[in-house]
Amino acid sequence: MTIEARQIGFRYGHTPVLKDVSFTLAPGQFHALLGPNGAGKSTLFGLMTRLLALQSGELFMDGQSLRKQPADAMRHIGVVFQQNALDMDLTVRQNLMYHAALHGLSRREARKRGDRELERFTLTERANDPVRQLNGGHRRRVEIARALLHEPSLLLLDEPTVGLDVASRANLNAHVRDLCAQDGLTVLWATHLIEEVRPSDRVLILHQGALLANGEGHAICEAEGQPSLADTFHALTGADQS
Amino acid sequence: MRPSQYWHCFVGIQAREWLRFWQQRTRFFSALVRPLLWLVVFAAGFRAVLGVSIIPPYETYITYETYIAPGLCGMIVLFNSMQGALSMVYDRELGSMRVLLMSPLPRPFLLLTKLLSMGLVSIGQVYVFLLVARLLDVEPPAWGYLAVLPALLLASLMLGALGLLIATWIKQLENFAGVMNFVIFPMFFLSSALYPLWKMQEASPWLYWICQFNPFTHAVEAIRFALYLQWNGQAFGITAGVTIVLAILATAGFRPQRTRILSVRPAGPA
Repeated sequence: MTIEARQIGFRYGHTPVLKDVSFTLAPGQFHALLGPNGAGKSTLFGLMTRLLALQSGELFMDGQSLRKQPADAMRHIGVVFQQNALDMDLTVRQNLMYHAALHGLSRREARKRGDRELERFTLTERANDPVRQLNGGHRRRVEIARALLHEPSLLLLDEPTVGLDVASRANLNAHVRDLCAQDGLTVLWATHLIEEVRPSDRVLILHQGALLANGEGHAICEAEGQPSLADTFHALTGADQS
Repeated sequence: MRPSQYWHCFVGIQAREWLRFWQQRTRFFSALVRPLLWLVVFAAGFRAVLGVSIIPPYETYITYETYIAPGLCGMIVLFNSMQGALSMVYDRELGSMRVLLMSPLPRPFLLLTKLLSMGLVSIGQVYVFLLVARLLDVEPPAWGYLAVLPALLLASLMLGALGLLIATWIKQLENFAGVMNFVIFPMFFLSSALYPLWKMQEASPWLYWICQFNPFTHAVEAIRFALYLQWNGQAFGITAGVTIVLAILATAGFRPQRTRILSVRPAGPA
């Protein structure tokens, strides 16, 4: 799925949060949305998932305007929110079944797809455990499995590794990259952690609501005359490189 | 979207609500304590004070317990619907609301289905209350238990929609205590739940008129008449009309950014 954002602007009251943001996400690629805390990443995700209404600019998903055909677009988007959005008291499978139902899948189909995703994320044995009993890394995997149930072509992840240890972070990141390679999924991975981004990724750097860089990591470094992505990020935003 | 997809979504939302109910069943039963206290303690204390004459739908003299039982059914629905609707907008259910709103089905459908699912759970609570009340000699006709169902459904939808509307628009009432003081208690006391309106009219004509304009009065009367197998077109009609208006306003006016579903607000831009 190709996503095109055209001159997106957004303000809370009089405070501008996004300014004239334009970019294109290419199908089947991993894109990193890099920005310090408060850069506007979550607002951008809110707009792409219809939790916020577009104020100015346009978003197109495979040429369809999100403004004009919002429901249709939602069928193709899978989302993993920054904060845990699982029902802690329900089991892993019950959470998946609920999500599948919201997307209009029959119970039989939901179960089939749920089993498939649980297997892919090596969670089959935990299917009947309440989410509360899972550790942070497993919960995140359940959320990604859930986001993939309705077979979206775009996966949005808003700082999915928050609160995870280093090993779980690396695992999750590798997992999503595999999905991209195997399923041709378009991925937008928001983070403020530079180590989650590879120089070969397509990188969007957002800072104070403005898109400062957009392109392949290597190319951005070269254009800025910096030896690494971390240095480039620091030079552009003045933020810490961690 | 196909009708079958709407159906699967509808069933899924109902199923989740009952699963959650089962997980929190102790809370469900402890919430029954409140109406039972009213029925057992309050009604016993006031029985002597408040003589109730023969008024429709009752065909004979009734005890005060019998009079307030339908009002207490209304109270159960009132508390649950408000609490449920508030939790949709504020803290408790934020995660699940985000998930709900990611559905490609139309938002009014999702919100109404959600309100209905919460309503059905509180109706379950009403029936348990009525069963216990039967042991305490509140004995409506057997078919009344079935006839009251549409009235209870309407009341729960009406109050759920009202809760959603309030929670979305009135930031000042952002916790349950605020809603309790400014919405639930006035609605409950300024209604026919605890005393017949002719008594209110004797005490104060303008209070009587406030009660008459309170949609909760009509919801309680619809419950009362249905429970005793009588048709009260006015109460039912007003409850249905208000339900439709509130449901339209609540679902059409619902904007996630007005709620706390987006945690980025209002501390500062993110």
